[in-house]
Amino acid sequence: MKTVEQQILAGDQQAIARLITAVENNSPVAIDVMRSLHRHTGHAHIIGVTGVMGGGKSSLIYKLSSVMRKKGLKIGIIAIDPTSPFTGGALLGDRIRMGELSDDPDVFIRSMGTRGMLGGLSGAVYDVIEILDAAGKDVILIETVGVGQAEVDIVKVADTTIVLLVPGLGDSIQTIKAGLMEIADIFVVNKADKPGADQTVAELESFLDVYAPTVSQRKPVIVSTSVKENMGFEDLHEQIQLHYMFLQKNEKVVEKRKIRYEVVLVEIIRKRLMGLIYDQKRLTQTVDQLVSDVVQRKLDPYTAADTIFSSLIK
Amino acid sequence: MDEKNTKKMLSAAKKRWKDTTLQQTLTKNSERIKSFHNLSNKEITTLYTPDDIHKDDYLANQNFPGQFPFLRGIHPNLYRGRLWTMRQFAGFGSAEETNQRYKYLLDHGETGLSVAFDYPTLYGYDTDHPCARGEFGKCGVAVSSLKDMEILFSGIPVDTITTSMTINGPAAIIWAMYIANAEKQHISKKINGGTIQNDILKEYIAQKSYIFPPEPSMRLIVDTFEYGFKEIPRWNTISISGYHIREAGSTAIQELAFTLADGLEYVKAATARGLDIDAFAPRLSFFFNAHNDLFEEIAKYRAARRIWAQELKKMGAKKDRSLLMRFHTQTAGCSLSAQQPEINIVRVTIQALAAVLGGTQSLHTNSMDEALALPSEKAVRIALRTQQIIAEESGVTYTVDPLGGSYYVEWLTDMMEEETYRYFDRIERLGGVIPAIEKGFFQREIAESAYRYQKEIDNHERIIVGVNDYQLDETIGIPILKMDEKGEERQINRLKKLRKNRDNQKVRERLDQLRKAAEKDHNLMPFILACVKEYATLGETCQVLRDVFGEYQELAIY
Amino acid sequence: MGKIRVLVAKPGLDGHDRGAKIVARALRDAGMEVIYSGLHQTADQIITTAIQEDVHVIGLSLLSGAHMTLFVDVATLAKKHDLQNVLIIGGGIIPEDDIPALKKAGISAVFGPGTPVEKIVEYIETYVKR
Repeated sequence: MKTVEQQILAGDQQAIARLITAVENNSPVAIDVMRSLHRHTGHAHIIGVTGVMGGGKSSLIYKLSSVMRKKGLKIGIIAIDPTSPFTGGALLGDRIRMGELSDDPDVFIRSMGTRGMLGGLSGAVYDVIEILDAAGKDVILIETVGVGQAEVDIVKVADTTIVLLVPGLGDSIQTIKAGLMEIADIFVVNKADKPGADQTVAELESFLDVYAPTVSQRKPVIVSTSVKENMGFEDLHEQIQLHYMFLQKNEKVVEKRKIRYEVVLVEIIRKRLMGLIYDQKRLTQTVDQLVSDVVQRKLDPYTAADTIFSSLIK
Repeated sequence: MDEKNTKKMLSAAKKRWKDTTLQQTLTKNSERIKSFHNLSNKEITTLYTPDDIHKDDYLANQNFPGQFPFLRGIHPNLYRGRLWTMRQFAGFGSAEETNQRYKYLLDHGETGLSVAFDYPTLYGYDTDHPCARGEFGKCGVAVSSLKDMEILFSGIPVDTITTSMTINGPAAIIWAMYIANAEKQHISKKINGGTIQNDILKEYIAQKSYIFPPEPSMRLIVDTFEYGFKEIPRWNTISISGYHIREAGSTAIQELAFTLADGLEYVKAATARGLDIDAFAPRLSFFFNAHNDLFEEIAKYRAARRIWAQELKKMGAKKDRSLLMRFHTQTAGCSLSAQQPEINIVRVTIQALAAVLGGTQSLHTNSMDEALALPSEKAVRIALRTQQIIAEESGVTYTVDPLGGSYYVEWLTDMMEEETYRYFDRIERLGGVIPAIEKGFFQREIAESAYRYQKEIDNHERIIVGVNDYQLDETIGIPILKMDEKGEERQINRLKKLRKNRDNQKVRERLDQLRKAAEKDHNLMPFILACVKEYATLGETCQVLRDVFGEYQELAIY
Repeated sequence: MGKIRVLVAKPGLDGHDRGAKIVARALRDAGMEVIYSGLHQTADQIITTAIQEDVHVIGLSLLSGAHMTLFVDVATLAKKHDLQNVLIIGGGIIPEDDIPALKKAGISAVFGPGTPVEKIVEYIETYVKR
């Protein structure tokens, strides 16, 4: 009988899937497995795909993955969709676009709801990356929610960030959220078969002339693709590899990953603190009482927070 | 001036009536429900009067039947001359079984045939393709080659009856088989017309039996238009369908608006090819749903006629025949209950009545058992008898457009027309029908309506007899059609034999010529005909086109 | 306890997705995470998806009459992959006579036309194994 760790390392789909569920549900058992998996990670190239809704992120990931599969790469795909803040439910439909990849044994696709996280990611995404990395995936593609908000968190997670644009959406580059523009390592102008694609590329080029590269200190490249014409995906893959090589040559990978693991650490601490505050019955009641006091102006929120902290540190 | 004054006086009088007579009743007893909404979610008021009708220039807006804008009908004397065609959609299992069913229907007074194909055929797969697993003959008849078509129509005179075929993605290929079969029977020049559905836009929007992406699909359709008016001028080369849009959950208004928008898109595509609008427009036909809201349905057909005539005129049609919106109707399958199936006969009667009062050219009435399985012979016969009773006994055929002038129906007609034009504007702003499909506009609109309708039923805001009220705990006692279990095996053996015995050298040549033609911009109909005549199968012919054109992928829209 | 995860899948060639989409939305509104497969799924694709997504429930929808083959294919493959904890339910145009055989094959419940969606939600909440 193999341990969960061994099963994950062997790429057992069922074991991977169940561990992901366990980390999504903050199960304590999962934490122990996660501790032992970490030393097996660091191999996968993590690619984030973000951009406006309706830009064709899923189709792009499908086409790009098909190119990567032809080169023999093993792929993990994390597709994130919004969780309803009211019902807690989510409709996850990104697999529709994945075609024959959906039963390719070397492709593992997981759909996730945001479950209350902002910034276009899901709270468990960091653990899922670790799991897929340990399971031997060469590439992990993360598709953010894409509701047109500034989904900039992806840059702290991914080695390479792809920002997807389409011609005719919002007319001008200027209207795209500035944050989104600054995180791109690669811009993809998708639907290049549509009128206005050349204009979008031209606008992007002039944008890049004035904007100094920020996060990765390398001037972003622009790739045109078309799902309809099955065009540009080989080129995109090549650009992704070039970017990864650039990162590796300049030790930037380490820099990138330091950023990610800092986020991971903060996230673990945040979860634990929240757990401490909300999981203990006694403290939950205290919180409730404090909130009431704040509402009735008996207390200010800062003093209330002090009370909670001092009872935690005790 | 006088008319305006009369209207003003009437409005004032109506307000007084509302405030006094009506109010007194309402004070005593409140109404059964807070507000009355029809199936398109439009609020219906207590009473309609002449001042509700804004399009009140009779000659300009309504006029006489057979005259522009054809609101009251496309024929001056409608059913007084000739009844509608009673055309029951049928097909299941093998070509042999369906051939028997057709003969049964014709023996019982049906006047036209309507072929239902099974799923593999609709997707252009032969019966022995892996994707066809489990689907053989389930939703219609399997036709994988000219051989099957020959069996399907053996002993049926295609020079005297008309045939409608519900086929879209591979419509050109199936039509070519029908033509080739007629040629074998030496009556190709005497084909007594018929229809291929050939409406791919509604497949992307609602029905989902598409094969190729929009562009090459539109090209194939225009190819059939062109071939049709030159070679078989009595054939309807398209049946622009709202039926499936409605079945997918749209409202009546959405059905009307999306169908007409599709229709106009085909006209644009054909004129862009350089075809003369007056040559092909008379061969465009329509296909609508008939749901339970009697008056709304009637208004829908009337509005459709007027909008179509106006729009075709705007697009440059000169001949009256080009302006006529001729349509087939089928009663709403989605309205039928699996519970207490016999009561579906009553629903179908109301729906069929709507179609006839709306001036339909042909009609299919659903069988009571269709929410359970394929219809049995008895159920089909009762459905057909329903039409015969309306035709022979009800008296609704004596005069043209009997509800014309009803304040309510005229108000509904105008309102639905306005709403349709509002949708046209929205579609236009999205860049036209195909861009709107690619953005998921129609799909989202339909999914919203379908969800709302289901919620209304679940919340008991809408009562469906036998489903969420007046239920009965009973076991269902309807005999269900069982199919010949040997059918699939027989069909697969036939295919194997066919592939062995035909001239395979010739088949390869023809398919190769089709491929080359598809890569260029030739009209593909003659090339397809050449393939099927050599007994190239549906799957083989379609595969050539799949290779050249690619396949369509659905959008993620709920 | 974590959320209930459901795969709503359309096997075979049938394109009637009105019911599947309504059910998918209703389950989401009931607080579940719903993975929608899209049309034309093979049994292999459905089971692989169920495994990767680690769902508690597979909901199959089919109106073409091919359920005796396609539902049974999915149930058989589920058994082969040891998914005995996954609840498999079906909906669509399914004659009463076929239901016993489907249940025997491993389809836990069959919901016909006119089923209120709360009934499906309730069924899942009652019988889901977590």
